Amino acid sequence: MDDSPRQILDEEGRLRPGQSVPEGLDAEALRALYALMLRQRLLDDLMLTLQRQGRIGFYGPATGQEAAVFGSGRALAPEDWVLPALREGGVALMRGYPLRDYLAQCFGNALDVTHGRQMPCHYGSRAQHQPTLSSPIGTQLPHATGVAWAMKLRGAATVAIGYLGDGATSENDFHTALDMAGRFALPAIFFCQNNQWAISVPVSVQTAAPTLAAKAAAYRMPGHRVDGNDVMACYAVTREARARALRGEGPTFIEALTWRMGAHSTSDDPTRYRDEAVTEQWKARDPILRLGRFLLAEGLQDEDGLQALRESLGREIREALAEVEAAAPSVPLGTMFDDVFASRPPHLAEQAAEAARFGVPTPSH
Amino acid sequence: MKTLNLVQAVNDALAVALEAHDDVVLLGEDIGRFGGVFRATAGLRERFGEERVIDTPLSEAGIIGTAVGMALYGLKPVPEIQFSDFIYPGFDHIVNELAKYRYRSGGQFPCPVTIRTPVGGGIRGGHYHSQSPEAYFIHTPGLVVVCPSTPRDAKGLLLASIRSPDPVLFLEPKPIYRKAVGEVPEGDFEVPLGQARVVREGGDVTLIAWGAMVSLCEEAAARIAPSGVECTIIDPRTLWPLDIDTIADAVSATGRCIIVHEAPRTCGFGAELAALVQERCFLHLEAPIRRVTGWDTPFPYTLEHAYLPSVERVLDAVEATIAF
Repeated sequence: MDDSPRQILDEEGRLRPGQSVPEGLDAEALRALYALMLRQRLLDDLMLTLQRQGRIGFYGPATGQEAAVFGSGRALAPEDWVLPALREGGVALMRGYPLRDYLAQCFGNALDVTHGRQMPCHYGSRAQHQPTLSSPIGTQLPHATGVAWAMKLRGAATVAIGYLGDGATSENDFHTALDMAGRFALPAIFFCQNNQWAISVPVSVQTAAPTLAAKAAAYRMPGHRVDGNDVMACYAVTREARARALRGEGPTFIEALTWRMGAHSTSDDPTRYRDEAVTEQWKARDPILRLGRFLLAEGLQDEDGLQALRESLGREIREALAEVEAAAPSVPLGTMFDDVFASRPPHLAEQAAEAARFGVPTPSH
Repeated sequence: MKTLNLVQAVNDALAVALEAHDDVVLLGEDIGRFGGVFRATAGLRERFGEERVIDTPLSEAGIIGTAVGMALYGLKPVPEIQFSDFIYPGFDHIVNELAKYRYRSGGQFPCPVTIRTPVGGGIRGGHYHSQSPEAYFIHTPGLVVVCPSTPRDAKGLLLASIRSPDPVLFLEPKPIYRKAVGEVPEGDFEVPLGQARVVREGGDVTLIAWGAMVSLCEEAAARIAPSGVECTIIDPRTLWPLDIDTIADAVSATGRCIIVHEAPRTCGFGAELAALVQERCFLHLEAPIRRVTGWDTPFPYTLEHAYLPSVERVLDAVEATIAF
């Protein structure tokens, strides 16, 4: 078995011998992908700063993994469903989730359509068919299988994609999701961002499996490895998986090899458990740098254009941030008791009235 | 009307739901070709096809997890967990996902799954075929928990559950799957969720019970009536959200309250009921609220009838409460 990850663009941003730009990515699409990846990078940098300044409580960046996020996301159709892990807020963004909603979710303030009910990065949007993230690892995978199952029962020409990290391949939910998707030949894609670290645990400690893609074979499902820092390859392999699903041939597992350039989240410190010299080496494989070199070399963009893009993206983010941060810092107390059930039962009406007597206290520490 | 036992009434309700709603699908272990280990789904695969009455791989987490996904997309899945004792691999999907999807998505992703699962002991099932886990789920915000005690309620409550916009845990008292026989309306009919049933009215003491414990309490009430003690029996039917008003009215009228359930006593639903009753009925109470329950031990095999509430234990509690 050839375990080497598929690559279209090499680390210098040149097409590999025998490779061409995948079908479906014209010059405009490539420029758009570059802009999305760069915006995510700028956004993540800003959000990390906001977290350090105490303006938001938590953040899990996609830094270094933008090709996997946006390459796979680009291969989806608007009616497909996305069951995300921690780092796929960008998939919602590229499918029309407003930047304002993304930021408001992180602030958990009055503009947050989920009423500040979860920590930052727990995005979700009905319009983008992206159910709201939950923190437990891998639970979204049986949900993706179930969505794909429902699509098949309804005869819809769509797919469900479940995202996961490397650690999630150890979870029971991973195995049952792949088993059932395989058994019923469901139109599902399982896209694993193998950033090689589950907080402090490297893949070598996580599993004895030779590759994560190897796990798919047990469920009679193709398991593809792809260079997760190559946006063209991530797009192509996801697009092929989607086409396969729509032909009724069943699910595909994709292992995108990448590297978590920063901490797992703002709550940990990777210098305590890994050699950051390796992280320095991965900087040379930066997915944005790589696509940028290709765009420049092919004359699809020039240096002035890239600089102007960077400035306009920065402006867009700062303007959205200003708008969101200007909103009321908290959500109305009563929303705490909404949406537990479709309508508020008597015991919650009683408790809401009791809570209202005390209002929202300011924490003393 | 037709005369059915409780498991036949469940089957009848599922057939009505499958007939009425294209979105309803059943999934679980052995429910298709075999018709379920208790025959609750007998004949449904033949009638509605293997795509809607699905024999799944043996994975409770997978059954519930995929049902969550189906419901997010817009289907109305009705998974079966073969015994509630086996529900725990799916516990995370129930308490963290199913129960919370509407809430954490700000109402964008309701998740109306009805999980059917048999509960209760006295069938020589030992620890892993006898448990009554309702308290875990009542404790979880976002879940409706239902437990019928008659064939009529089983059919009507199950149809109401499947049509509920909220996730429902539908607990079927398996000791009386065949023992409970009664008249059931034909065709489509619902018993509304959130309404208790007054099983029997009497002026001296209120018994609160559900599932298989209802008929036990009826037997106790019939046995003590000749000595002049009259019992009210309330079956909440929907354990949560609870029809506390019907219960509080009954306890206020009798001044005495006994709660009977199979599950272990400590932090059992009886504890919550006792708290709710004393909050509402304190000045009406003539005696402490008593609980007749399973003991705080794992469910035993050989000694199961010493573990479960019995008519004698209920009568002893009634007499002690009257004499207080």
